[in-house]
Parts: sequence; structure tokens; C-alpha cells
Amino acid sequence: MTMYLVIAVIVLFFLVIFQISKAAEYVAVLKGEEQNRKQTNKVNAFLMVAFMVAGLIGVWYCNELYYKKTLLPLESASVQGEKVDQMLWITLAVTGAVFILTQILLFGFAYKYQEKESRKVFYFPHSTKLEILWTVVPAIFLTVLVVMGLRNWFYFTGDAPADAMQVEVTGKQFGWIFRYPGKDNQFGKKYYKLIDGADNALGLVWKDSAAMNIKDDAASHDDIVTESTVYLVKNKPVKFIIGSRDVIHDVGLSQFRLKMDAVPGIPTTMWFTPKFTTKEMKEKTGNPNFVYEISCDQMCGNGHYSMRGVIEVVTQEEYDAWMAKQKPKYLAVFPDKDPANKKDSTATASVAIK
Amino acid sequence: MSNEAVLHAPTTTITHHHDAHADHGHEHHHHETFITKYVFSQDHKMIAKQFLITGMVWAVLGGLMSVLFRLQLGYPDAKFPWLQDLLGKFWVEDGKITAQAYYALVTTHGTVLVFFVLTAGLSGTFANFLIPLQIGARDMASPFMNMLSYWFFFAASCVMLSSLFVETGPFSGGWTAYPPLSALGQASPGSKTGMDLWLIAMALFVVSSLLGGLNYIATVLNMRTKGMSMTRMPLTIWALFFTAVLGVLSFPVLFSGFILLIFDRNFGTSFYLSDLYVNGVTLPNEGGSAILFQHLFWFLGHPEVYIILLPAMGMVSEILSTNARKPIFGYIAMIGSLFAIAILAFLVWAHHMFVTGLNPFLGSIFVLLTLLIAVPSAIKVFNWLTTLWRGNIRFTPGMLFAIGFVSLFISGGLTGIWLGNSALDIHLHDTYFVIAHFHIVMGVASMFGMFAGVYHWYPKMYGRYLNNTLAYTHFWITLIGAYLIFWPMHYQGLAGMPRRYYDYSIWESFKQFAELNRFISTVAMVVFATQLLFLFNFFYSIFKGRKVTNQNPWGSTTLEWTAPIRPGHGNWPGEIPEVHRWAYDYGKDGRDFVPQTEPVGANESHH
Ligand code: HEM
Ligand SMILES: [Cu+2]
Ligand SMILES: [Cu+2]
Repeated sequence: MTMYLVIAVIVLFFLVIFQISKAAEYVAVLKGEEQNRKQTNKVNAFLMVAFMVAGLIGVWYCNELYYKKTLLPLESASVQGEKVDQMLWITLAVTGAVFILTQILLFGFAYKYQEKESRKVFYFPHSTKLEILWTVVPAIFLTVLVVMGLRNWFYFTGDAPADAMQVEVTGKQFGWIFRYPGKDNQFGKKYYKLIDGADNALGLVWKDSAAMNIKDDAASHDDIVTESTVYLVKNKPVKFIIGSRDVIHDVGLSQFRLKMDAVPGIPTTMWFTPKFTTKEMKEKTGNPNFVYEISCDQMCGNGHYSMRGVIEVVTQEEYDAWMAKQKPKYLAVFPDKDPANKKDSTATASVAIK
Repeated sequence: MSNEAVLHAPTTTITHHHDAHADHGHEHHHHETFITKYVFSQDHKMIAKQFLITGMVWAVLGGLMSVLFRLQLGYPDAKFPWLQDLLGKFWVEDGKITAQAYYALVTTHGTVLVFFVLTAGLSGTFANFLIPLQIGARDMASPFMNMLSYWFFFAASCVMLSSLFVETGPFSGGWTAYPPLSALGQASPGSKTGMDLWLIAMALFVVSSLLGGLNYIATVLNMRTKGMSMTRMPLTIWALFFTAVLGVLSFPVLFSGFILLIFDRNFGTSFYLSDLYVNGVTLPNEGGSAILFQHLFWFLGHPEVYIILLPAMGMVSEILSTNARKPIFGYIAMIGSLFAIAILAFLVWAHHMFVTGLNPFLGSIFVLLTLLIAVPSAIKVFNWLTTLWRGNIRFTPGMLFAIGFVSLFISGGLTGIWLGNSALDIHLHDTYFVIAHFHIVMGVASMFGMFAGVYHWYPKMYGRYLNNTLAYTHFWITLIGAYLIFWPMHYQGLAGMPRRYYDYSIWESFKQFAELNRFISTVAMVVFATQLLFLFNFFYSIFKGRKVTNQNPWGSTTLEWTAPIRPGHGNWPGEIPEVHRWAYDYGKDGRDFVPQTEPVGANESHH
């Protein structure tokens, strides 16, 4: 019912606008089109400056409302992100100045040079000097921005420090799988044809297969596999080795100011250094629910919007305590290979002998 | 100059001869039926109108889609049972737009607006309408190919439309259609039949673009009237010419990308596929590269944004100069910057791929080339500003939209400098910052260029005027609305809010924008409704608008205004006019304007 009412109101509104417009046209013809044109010209010229002033105030007001909801009032949560922020401010200063200058000139000229009987147009088809000026000046500013950008770019994409911890991140529709190399500090081999939904989500090579011409890789036996939450250590660089099982995803880390695609068949990498633990961030933001979220930033299907992962940044001690509790996936799947279980079974065996 | 005249003289005479003959045929023997005049027309002016009106139909559909998905973003908890009655259960379930419907809407919205509205609707309309009229030709080089170009577009439209009605829904993987998502029906229902239809529609569309583009190039190069040297052409023609060149060189690459995708989808090849385990099943494909498609796609995709933008730039240059009653500032620099943009457009595609794992060194080259494009863009902006400086400005509706275009082009272009710098893009890529950027600079700005063109050349198209009051209302609400919609999105992007999300409420990092999303959605609806005002004005005025009685209502120098108010097929009833000067003699020697057809006087000043 309200639906029809809304439609009726809209139609009515349109009819009114239409009638007014029609009437305005008749009046224009009666009054003399030339004179009418001059009047509307003045109105539009005035609206031009009015729009500019209101627009600039609007830009300021929008900033008042939303600046605090962006990431900028908070310090970047990664060392690398500091460079991003610094670059962002410099770029904003340059483009912001150009924005204000050119918009004022545009609408200002529109107002100032509105049609007047008395005005004589200045025939000014070109000026090499001016044209060189606004080729060279932007080129200089852009060079500065490029140099600054590329220095950061090579830092971000360069090699991770040797002491960085390594975590493998794998995207799937619609979630994240993480793998730590375990005690040997080495990722075991994997092969996608070994993936099975329940036990071996990454296709780790746990046994020989003559058909696939692969041999059991002992390095994979102590690899730790977790889903949805990954633990990282404060102030310790971490290198993500990123891949995907199905379609392209993207590891988006907004608080750390970084992201990298997860492409099936082509591993990518990204490294960074977290600066604050999750607990510290809860205090800094004043938000008790704060978490570092991994958002998938590449369209990956109907569940894309819900492909969420969590990063827990903790201190080294907390991390060690957490890690001590993790059990390699291999042992979870093959409990009989677990030395802990073995000790038990030999114990019971000896009891039996007695 | 005299060399050129000698070079051109023989061809022009031949053309004249031929044209006189054709003209004869059309005006006296041939009786046009409804079918040949309005449907399978070979008259460039009618084909232009066909492109325009088909484009407008798509603009309404595409706009309506954005209203629907904005409804979801603005009111994620609300229920719309009446929508369910209207659209059915596939789209709306339990009164809520489904995630699949949301993604289908976003994808179709993007595809349709980029290709069908702002490529076909914009270049198709104005290249067809203006090239022959402004260079002084009776029609296109091949009117028949021109007709085919429209009908291939029409066929593409039908196939795309049909994809909305298939059981598994239209394609829903984003207008960029990245595989493996777009290649595997198992990965998403939208990648089943909907994607087949999408690919067929796009292939037909590429054929249409190529037929049109080759024709525009041939016409501009060969069919100019006597005296119309390349450097006397209006900037609209230069812009449309470069647009056509971009399209002809880049659409085939997209086409090849689509062919490989069709093979991967249907014939078991692995161009883009490798190491996949989808929906519980291991696939046999090995050795392909998902990134290859992105290279092929963006090799068109980036030039495409200039294919959309250049015609708008050309028309805006023309309209600004005409209504400032002042020559365009730096005509040669304007051509030079169009040329530079056209070249660079081919050398920057990988700036869409900075975070795909692209080799960082390669990435750095693309940063350099991308930021280089800002230089010719800056030249254009400052030249437009100088064109206004000390002019005598008439705010016709076309002029208002042209000024709006410049404002939007500045606002959106500047954020390109952010995104083109890979070290910033690594933070902002695929967030709402990107949505804000490309909508302002490409979407809305080009829409403004298109509106400027329609308002300016409507009297030539239909021999009637649009209603001014409606036009002014349309302009001011649209300009204000466009900024209200897209400006705050920069802030969402700076919070890292990802694009293509159906619902943000589960995200601790992004849910603070619920209220803003509601605001944006509301403004979007108002702006959409305002476009209906324009639509009404357009169709009403075709039949009931004030009649044009002045052959040259804007006091323009260019050739189209020397043709009769309602030109027939062949454009000029007698001889084609001869051109003696460039297109921008406004305010010269104290005269308001000097038409291109007027010979240079003995004591006229030189510039
Ligand atoms: C009423 C005006 C418009 C509104 C409110 C609007 C809104 C939006 C929004 C919010 C998105 C992002 C959706 C998401 O990622 O979840 C989007 C996507 C898009 N829009 Fe628009 N839009 C409008 C007009 C246009 C125009 C004129 C163009 C023409 C260039 C355009 C081209 C696109 C493209 C290419 C995408 C990306 C589609 C994709 O992600 O595959 N839009 N639009
Ligand atoms: Cu995703
Ligand atoms: Cu691009």
C-alpha cells in the first residue's frame, strides 16, 4: 500500500516539474527568448559559484564526519604501512592543492566570465610558454611521487629479512587455511591431486604414490595446519607464502596496509612486521571487539563477502605457548604414528607382558 | 599547406563526383520505406539515433540494477516482499535480494554501462552522427558496414538481455570476468549458462565495435571535404578518430582472450587453469596461467577507459569553445595530448595487476608509464580552463554538462595518481577508493560528456529543442548527486572496505559505514529518478519540442550547422561546402564567430 502511495507521490512530483517547465518555456517565448536567456544565464552563473562554495564546505564536512572512521587516525599496524601512510599524506597534499586550485579556477572563471553585453572576448588561441609551463610543472611533481613510490615498492616487494617467520596462506571458497612449517622449519611438499576435503585440505605428501610418481615427504609430517585464525608475533617479520585451491582470492590486510592475490597454481609472497598485539590494538582503538581481519579482496564467488580470516598478533611467549599446544596435522590423521600414542601403546604392551 | 591541397585535390574531386551521383540517387529515384528509413537504415544520422536510443535503454536497465544492489547495501536488514512479487524467487528470497542476485546485478551493471552505454551509446552515437557532418561527407565510407555495426550491437544486446532469464542466472563474477571463477561452472552458478551467453554477447559486441571503428577511421582519413585538412578538423573528430584507433587495436586482443576462455570452458583446454580443487572435485587441468587472462583483458580494459573518455573530451572541447565564444586554447597541444594519451593507453594495462604477484620490476615500469599519463591529462585540464578565461560564457545545458565534465575529470583524475603508484595501490586496490575513482573519472564524467553532446546536438538530430528548465534541473541534481554518491566512498576505501561485498555487517573493520551506505543509496535513487526527467524530456521533445528555426542556433563555426535544419540522407542538398579555416575562429577581429566555410579575408589578422 505504502508502495503505491510512494509511486503516486513521485508521479505527482514529476507532473508538477513538467508543468512548471512547460510554463517556463511559454513565458520565455512571450517575454522574448533573448532576454530570458540572459536571465537564466545569470542564474546559472550564480549557481556555479554557489556550487563551488557549497562543494568545498561539503568536502570539509565530509572529512569531519568520516575521517575518524578510516584507518588514518590510527597509526599503521605494520612497519611497512608507515611508509604507505607517509606516501598517502604527501600524495594528498599535492593532489589536494591541485584539486582546490583547479576547481576554484573552473567555477570561478565560469562565474566571472559569464556573458555580458559589454565584454569583448580575448582571442587567445595558444601560448607556447604557458603550455610548456603546465607540461613541466606536473612532470616534476610526478617524478617526485614516482621516486618516492618506487623506493617503497621495492622495499615492500623485496626479500623478507632472514629471521622472518614463514606462514603459508591458502585461499579456498570461502575461507583461509594456514600452515606453519613445524619443528624442522621446512614446509613439506604438497600436490593438489592429494587434496581431500576432510583430512588433507592442502594435499600434503604423506605417503608414497606410484600412480602419481611421488614419494612420502618427511618434512610434511610436522607441518601445523589451522583454519580461519593465524597467530603472528609482535615485532617479528612474517612472510606469507600465498596460494589458492580453486579461484583467485586476495589476502587483504587493511590495518597493515597491504594485500596480495592468492592465485591457483602460482604462489605469491608478501612480508611485513606487525607492530602491535591484538590486545594493544583493542586498547588503542578503544574497541573491545577489535580484531585484525583478513578480508578477501578479489571476487571469488557468491560467498566472497563472507570470506573472513583472523590474525591474532601476540607476544613471543604467548606464541610459544600456543604453538606448544598445536599438533601436526599428520599425527592427527594418523594417530598410530604419533610418538605420544606409541609410548602409550608400548606401555600397555609391557603391562600385558607382565 | 599548399602541398596538402595538391595531395588532396584529386581525391576530393573524385569523391565529389561519386557523391553527386549517390545524392542524385537518394533524392530522386529511391523511395524510402519505413524499413529502410528507420530499421535497416544506412543513413549515418539514423544509425546514430539507433545507437543512442539503444544505449539509453541500457542506461536505464543498468541504472535500475544499481538502484537494486544499492538497496541491498543501504538496507541490508530490510525486507522487500513487493520486490519478490516483481522479480521472482531467484532474485529475491524471503524479501531479501540474494547474494547471487546481488553479484549478477553488479556484474551486469558494470558490463552494460561500460560497453553498451559508454562505448556503443557514446562513440556509436557521436562518431556516426558527427564524423560525416563535421568533416563534410555525405555518409560513412561504408554505410552498409555501418548498418551491420549497429545490428551486431543489437544482437549482442539481445543475447545479454536473454542471460537475465536463464535458470542459473546471469554471469556473476564481475565485469572483468577473471578465470578460474568465470571458467568453471562448479565455482559459481553464474558461471554456467549465464557466462556462455555473456561471452557470446561480448563477442558480438567486439564485432560491432570493429565494424564501426574501421569505418570511422576510413571516413576520417578519406572523405574529408575540400579544404578540410587534418589540422582543421574540430577536436571532436580528432577524439573520435583516436577512439576508433584504440578500439581497432585493442578489441581483437580481448577477443582472443575470450576465445581461449571459451576453449577452457567447453573443450577441456588449460590456458588459464592449473592445480584446481573445486567444490570437492580435483580437476585434471595443469600448466595454465590464470594471470594470462588478466593481461589479455586489461590490454583492452585500460584502453577501453579511454575509448569511453576520449569522445567525451572531444565534445567537451568543442562545446566549451563554442559557448565561451572563444577559440579552444592550444589546439595543437590538445591533439598532441590526445595522441599521447592514445599511445600511453596501450602501455599501462598492468597497473590493474600490481598485486597479482606481477614481477615487481615490471610493476615499477608500469608505475612510471601510468603516472606519465597524468601529464597530457593535466595539459588538457589547464587548456580547458584557459579556454574559459576571458571568454563570454553562455550557459546552455550542453555547456553546463561540459563544465561538469571538467570538474569531475579533475576530481577523478587526481585519485588516479594515488592508485597508479603501486606502493599506495597495494593498500587501496579493490576497495571503495577504486569504485570512487573510476566512477567519477570514467563513469559519471563520460556520462556528462554524453549529456553535453546530446543537449548540444539535439537540435541537429531532431530539428527541435529540449526543454531548458528540465535540462537545468537535470544538470544540477545530477552534478550534486554524483558528488554526494561518490565522494564519501573515498573514505570507505581509506578504511580498507573491499568492493563487491554483499553485506558488511559481519566485519568488525567495515561495519561502521552502515549509515553512510544508507545515505549513498538514497541519493542514488534520487539521481536515478532525475535521469527519468531527462528521458522524458528527450522523447517528449522529439514530437513536441520547440521547433528549431535558426540553422545555426549556437553560433558555431563547424560544418554540421551549414546543413539544412533537418538534413536528408546525403546531408547537404547541393554541393558539399568547402572549408577555408580551422574550427575555432570565435571572437576573432571583433567578430563573434567566423564559420569554417568563410574564405580567409585579405586583411584578417594571423595568429
Ligand atoms: C546511478 C549511478 C551509479 C551508481 C549508484 C553506481 C554504483 C556502483 C557501485 C556501488 C558499485 C560497486 C558494487 C560492488 O563492488 O559491490 C558499482 C560497480 C560498477 N559500476 Fe557503477 N554506479 C553507477 C553508475 C555507473 C556508470 C555510469 C558506470 C559506467 C562506467 C558504472 C560502472 C561500473 C563498473 C564498471 C562497476 C564494477 C562492476 C564490477 O565490479 O564488476 N557505474 N557501481
Ligand atoms: Cu573473495
Ligand atoms: Cu587502467
